[in-house]
Amino acid sequence: MKYTEDHEWLSLDGDIVTVGITEHAAEQLGDIVFVELPETETMVAKGDEIVVIESVKAASDIAAPLDGEVVEVNGKIVENPAMVNEDPTGDAWFFRIRIEDAGLLDGFLDEDEYKATLD
Amino acid sequence: MAQDTETLTLERTPLDGLHRALGARMVPFAGWDMPVQYAGVMAEHNATRNAAGLFDVSHMGQILIEGTGAAEALESVVPQAIVGLRDGRQRYAFFTNDNGGLIDDLMVSHQGDRLYLVVNASRVAVDLAHLRTRLPNVAVTHVTDRAMLALQGPQASAVLSRFVASADAMRFMDHRVISSDYGALFISRSGYTGEDGFEISVPADRAEALAQDLLSDEQVTPAGLGARDSLRLESGLCLYCSDIDEGTTPVAAGLGWAIQRVRRAGGDREGGFPGANIVLREFLHPPERLRVGLRPEGRAPMRAGVSLYETKASAEKLGQVTSGTFGPTLGAPVAMGYVPARLSAPGTRLFGEVRGKRLPVIVSPMPFHPHAYNR
Repeated sequence: MKYTEDHEWLSLDGDIVTVGITEHAAEQLGDIVFVELPETETMVAKGDEIVVIESVKAASDIAAPLDGEVVEVNGKIVENPAMVNEDPTGDAWFFRIRIEDAGLLDGFLDEDEYKATLD
Repeated sequence: MAQDTETLTLERTPLDGLHRALGARMVPFAGWDMPVQYAGVMAEHNATRNAAGLFDVSHMGQILIEGTGAAEALESVVPQAIVGLRDGRQRYAFFTNDNGGLIDDLMVSHQGDRLYLVVNASRVAVDLAHLRTRLPNVAVTHVTDRAMLALQGPQASAVLSRFVASADAMRFMDHRVISSDYGALFISRSGYTGEDGFEISVPADRAEALAQDLLSDEQVTPAGLGARDSLRLESGLCLYCSDIDEGTTPVAAGLGWAIQRVRRAGGDREGGFPGANIVLREFLHPPERLRVGLRPEGRAPMRAGVSLYETKASAEKLGQVTSGTFGPTLGAPVAMGYVPARLSAPGTRLFGEVRGKRLPVIVSPMPFHPHAYNR
């Protein structure tokens, strides 16, 4: 698993990257009540804000961590946003992107590096 | 590190240590370092609706007005009937400016020989200056040696009665000065959640003992400003600075009900408060814009600042959301805002622009969740 400084986790399988948010992010956001996901089969660029998460308190965006094509989104978290608080690194993943070059993941943080950013 | 510097200048309530011991997340609010949540907004909201929530509201301003003619004096700055407010009763009121705008909203209680006011934290300084200028012949005292707790929810009365005798005998909007193990308490049976409950002014040095005792009851959950906001929104209650301000007038704000007949046109004590002509005229000629309840059709909350339109494509912005969130009890977003009078009827479908998309929203009666006061 790789991480961004924006509290996303990335998991690579072949040329598909699954993206979600970390436990820390879910806890900081508080009770999540609304999730808006991107359309599948859309091309996104790194930094595009493609997910909206709303807690009772506030709205936040999640950016695409990489260039690629959104191939799948997790409709279950749209139906039941509270899943993101319950299981952010498991069932409550957000979207899957197909990327050109798996080597791009090397530039992200590993778990120890990510944890160091939380201190 | 700018945040740390800011934190140093914030005021801390007498319950600050307790908040930190309970693991609260603290945020700056109106110059105070306040708990926004402990376990989580949703859990605290639900605990208050289902049992009891304990809120630290020590940031609220407490003011005493004393002296001969105190009630008449206060009536000269509010459109409410204060003369005739009985000993032991409380009333919702607001200060108006010369244009009929709202300087602040507040609670006024009759304590026998004096009047006790609770005002918004963000407006204490403005209110004190206003009162001292306008009411030179009475004593206006800012009470700074007291904390305030709000115990709210269906179990509030049973819990408070365990520690303060006779609390359960009070009815909605009763106010009592009660000697207790925690010193002299000023207790009002009212609050800001739509639930039955109490607001309890307690000497600062006894506040933590009272809070600890209340929290020792398993029915009571500590609750922060986050839950306070979602509870008051579901209950249709205004937040000063968001939903009302110096530019909004009482009738436009949907607060005409809070002006008693005796102060309206034709009443025995008609007018006689700042902006009276403008305020009283609004009862006969309704203002162009009115505060309404709004229920978005989808799940996306519409928060303060969302622009409102008549159709999906219309260019002209007609109104604006002034506060909104997701209502945990309703399981749906709730909001309030201002719209033109012609679009203010419940059932009117409007569109709110959220992140560039026009989403449908229905003008709805308030409260969204029924009040459960002990009338």
